[in-house]
Amino acid sequence: MKFLFHAGRYFSMIRMVFARPEKHRMYVKQLFYEIENLGVSSVGIVVMVSIFIGGIMTIQFSYALMNPLYPSYLIGLAVRDTLLLEFSSTMMALIMAGKIGSNITSEIGSMRVTEQIDSLEIMGINSASYLILPKIIAVVFIFPFLYIISVFFGILGGLVTGPITGTITLPEYLEGIKTLFVSYYATFSIIKSLVFGFLVASVPAYFGYYVQGGALNVGKASTTAVVNTNILILFFDLILTRLLLT
Amino acid sequence: MIEIKNLVKSFDGNEVLNNISIIFERGKTNLIIGRSGSGKTVLLKCVLGLIDVDKGEIWYNDRNFTLTGEKQRKKMRQEIGMVFQGGALFDSITVEENVRFPLDMFTAMSPREKQLRVAFCLDHVNIETRAYKLSPSEISGGMKKRVAIARAIALNPRYLFCDEPNSGLDPETSKVIDRLLLDLTKEFEMTTIINTHDMNSVIEIGESILFISQGKKEWVGTNKEILNSHNKKLNDFIFANKLYAQLRKDVEEG
Repeated sequence: MKFLFHAGRYFSMIRMVFARPEKHRMYVKQLFYEIENLGVSSVGIVVMVSIFIGGIMTIQFSYALMNPLYPSYLIGLAVRDTLLLEFSSTMMALIMAGKIGSNITSEIGSMRVTEQIDSLEIMGINSASYLILPKIIAVVFIFPFLYIISVFFGILGGLVTGPITGTITLPEYLEGIKTLFVSYYATFSIIKSLVFGFLVASVPAYFGYYVQGGALNVGKASTTAVVNTNILILFFDLILTRLLLT
Repeated sequence: MIEIKNLVKSFDGNEVLNNISIIFERGKTNLIIGRSGSGKTVLLKCVLGLIDVDKGEIWYNDRNFTLTGEKQRKKMRQEIGMVFQGGALFDSITVEENVRFPLDMFTAMSPREKQLRVAFCLDHVNIETRAYKLSPSEISGGMKKRVAIARAIALNPRYLFCDEPNSGLDPETSKVIDRLLLDLTKEFEMTTIINTHDMNSVIEIGESILFISQGKKEWVGTNKEILNSHNKKLNDFIFANKLYAQLRKDVEEG
């Protein structure tokens, strides 16, 4: 029953979010602010995490593929496909749910408990649309770029770590990166990142928008939002993989 | 003018407002007073349309607010200014931008016109130019309330609502806010409704006072009449403060 209540209220909020804006210019201004605030500020963490994960995967695959029957370039191939198919889309979305999602819930939740949302409503502004729509568009817009950045720096991480640790030579790694490349993997993951971007912005926004009480409840709502967003990301990952990859 | 007719509101079968009828007049400071939990905030939210009423009507001049659709309500809300208890200023923007926000959203004014209007409103509430670029977190509680009043009057509203405008303020600053609300009401001929339990405000600016007790209209009068009232519930509320009990004694003794 509780799930149905939240699902119903979520979709009713989404309907309000996509209502006609009062003044387009104000929304565009807010959109650019959100792209900077939520998107551009996330590039650093994406780069850091991807470099380390690329390096770690290179070392781990080299141990897993230690059998002399396996050609060494398979390490590069495995790193590339893992990044392309799962890590840079799904895992990065899970990390971003923590960073961007908690930010969105606490920002909107604080506005709710300090009556700033009521203030917008009394002015005659659709608060759900004004506060949430620019965030959704900004995150959906920036997620494919974060995906591409993550794949690039993940491969770079492996490229640096492999030769340094002596697990694979540079030419072997590069050969693995080029071998059996399926461009559809990237298309598939970009589709996934668009869906994940929508979830990462809209689900935490929902929990923030309907928070009740004080600062403590805003903190609780942030945690609930991140947990629920993560579950939904994995659920939609399963659905999309089944639909688009098999 | 705002007229409330037979307003009823319940939450989970618990009647919070019971058959309230009152007229809030234009150009006057209309105060709603009562103990905590008496229903005054619910009444204010009903009048603002933030809570739907169960029964009764709310009229803004000749427009029945309870029957208007969401689109029409949105339009009507542009005639309403609201000062929240905590100010409800937007944290992410400066004092100046807070006051300009409704102008950006609803007017086709040029940047210069907006700048002049913002300066006019902030000047009316005695905010100095050097505070324009500060963020709400950098100003005092009294200043926040004054900026909130400036934002509320930016669109030249016909109706001004204030929810506990003096809460958390020292008596001197409270007096400044009270005078400001009274002066603005007179200057702009607004229908001002103030929700308060600050007795100083009641005596200072209560041109029309509605006393609510347990969701019912208990007493209506002015600040001149309130100290001589014979309503027991009202007297218990006012004279819980010994200062006012003494004041009444002094009045009675001439």
